[in-house]
Amino acid sequence: MTLLVTSELSRRFGGLNAVDQVSLVLDRGEIRAIIGPNGAGKTTLVSMICGRVAPSSGRIVFEDEDITGMRPWQRVRHGIVYTFQITSIFGNLTCFDNVALAAQRSDTWATGRWWPRGHGHLAETVLAVLDRVGLSGYGDARASTLSYGHQRLLEVAIGLALRPKLLILDEPTQGLAEDEIVSFCALARDIAREATVLLIEHNMPVVMEIADRITVMDNGRILAEGSPAEIKANAQVQRAYLGT
Amino acid sequence: MTGTTPRRDWLLHLGVIALLFGVQFVLPAYHYSNFSKIMVMASFAIGYNILIGYTGLLSLGHAMFFAAGLYGAGLTVHHLGFDPLSGFLAGLLAGLCLSIAIGLVALRTSGVSFMIVTLMFAQAGYLLTFYFGELTRGDEGFVLKEELLRVVVGDTGFNLIEPAARYNLALLLFTVCLLGSLILVRSAVGRVLIAVRENEQRTTMLGYHAFLYKLLALVISGTMSGAAGATYALLFTYVGATFAAIQYSILPLLWVLLGGSGTTLGPLLGTMLMFYLVDFSSGETSSYMLLVGAALIILVLWAPKGILGTLREKWVPWLP
Repeated sequence: MTLLVTSELSRRFGGLNAVDQVSLVLDRGEIRAIIGPNGAGKTTLVSMICGRVAPSSGRIVFEDEDITGMRPWQRVRHGIVYTFQITSIFGNLTCFDNVALAAQRSDTWATGRWWPRGHGHLAETVLAVLDRVGLSGYGDARASTLSYGHQRLLEVAIGLALRPKLLILDEPTQGLAEDEIVSFCALARDIAREATVLLIEHNMPVVMEIADRITVMDNGRILAEGSPAEIKANAQVQRAYLGT
Repeated sequence: MTGTTPRRDWLLHLGVIALLFGVQFVLPAYHYSNFSKIMVMASFAIGYNILIGYTGLLSLGHAMFFAAGLYGAGLTVHHLGFDPLSGFLAGLLAGLCLSIAIGLVALRTSGVSFMIVTLMFAQAGYLLTFYFGELTRGDEGFVLKEELLRVVVGDTGFNLIEPAARYNLALLLFTVCLLGSLILVRSAVGRVLIAVRENEQRTTMLGYHAFLYKLLALVISGTMSGAAGATYALLFTYVGATFAAIQYSILPLLWVLLGGSGTTLGPLLGTMLMFYLVDFSSGETSSYMLLVGAALIILVLWAPKGILGTLREKWVPWLP
């Protein structure tokens, strides 16, 4: 079942075609990885999907609804959630408050009310999410005092608390230690059981292990698309990107 | 866990209010009157703090909201013969309407532009008081007549300018503003305001329409400032253009920075210290602003987070 379609989506910055006529189809429940060299247009593409960057031309359809002109906060409500490449948690707030900000938002949407349900209910949700990403016990810690790896996990926790249908992870394993990467892969598979995951990633072993399908971008265009095995075997991809 | 044990906050705030209620029975007359003024001005500062301290918006034009309340109450009581309560509501309404109108325009900017836009609007407001000089009598201002400030309750009544009435009404305003700000910053909405202060773009990506939250903060802030202005006119009877001037946009900034921006009790502490600093130094020397300036430089150098902000960072992390 199709979740998201971009048709001939382009974004120009001055004379540069950062993203050039990209048509992408995402199925519900898959883990899709976007790979490509630096400057290939991966982040610009997902920024257009989540609404941080307006497209120069083209259309975006999410769950059969045209969302091309929709504002970013409205897209979050529709279930498109972006976690940042550069960790941008609220450093001065506690981990609890970081996740609570997201949880109270999705709670008001779920109940259709202006005000989130009582504090007990919120706390329960927040603690469950922190537990899920492996940050239980860190609720009272100020976010800026966490290690880098834990900050990345907090970023994912914030995304999860928004109850996404499409979770966009922009280089989630960058800067993580080996064992942290292993637990991240398990977490990503766990998330994919209830949401679609769109992943920008440079770490090839991670991509090969968790992605259902891979989209390869180069110079703003889609170069190839297929299963990990197909991409590995694709001669064009090897020339342009894998470097053999 | 953050927010699950709010009783400590409430005890502290109710304790401060109880203390302010209690000291009226022991204060000498001079300080008695000072305290009334400080509590009204602290309410103004609490309103200002919601914007700068909790939402991260620095306004240089808050005098216009204070003046909106001041004139909203003063003009209606003086010229239209409103009773004090209706006058107060007129002032409150003036602050509310003005902050909605200003917010819709000024919040399209941010940072330095926001400071300049609010400053310009406040200057326009200041000049308006001269333009309508026949009604406001500009700089000279006007004084509300004592008989207009009589409140009748049942068979008896009292006058707003009686010291006890003045003190306790100022305390009432202060209590509402202080507890209102505590409830706000501890609420779900307050959490979003703080998030906007910390990182507006990230807050948007959490599904919040940041503009609406900034507008809400400005309206609450402007309305509180208006309520303080209205109360000032009714309790201290003087209504003049000085209160619309730039000085009264800068003062709440200084009070809040001194006490601790982004702390609920900072505005009271800052207002009180600054008031007595000016009071003390003007008795010692004619260049008392020099001492105030020196105090501010010390503050900026060694305690940029203000007194309570520094205290919270070092020793009392639960301070709201």
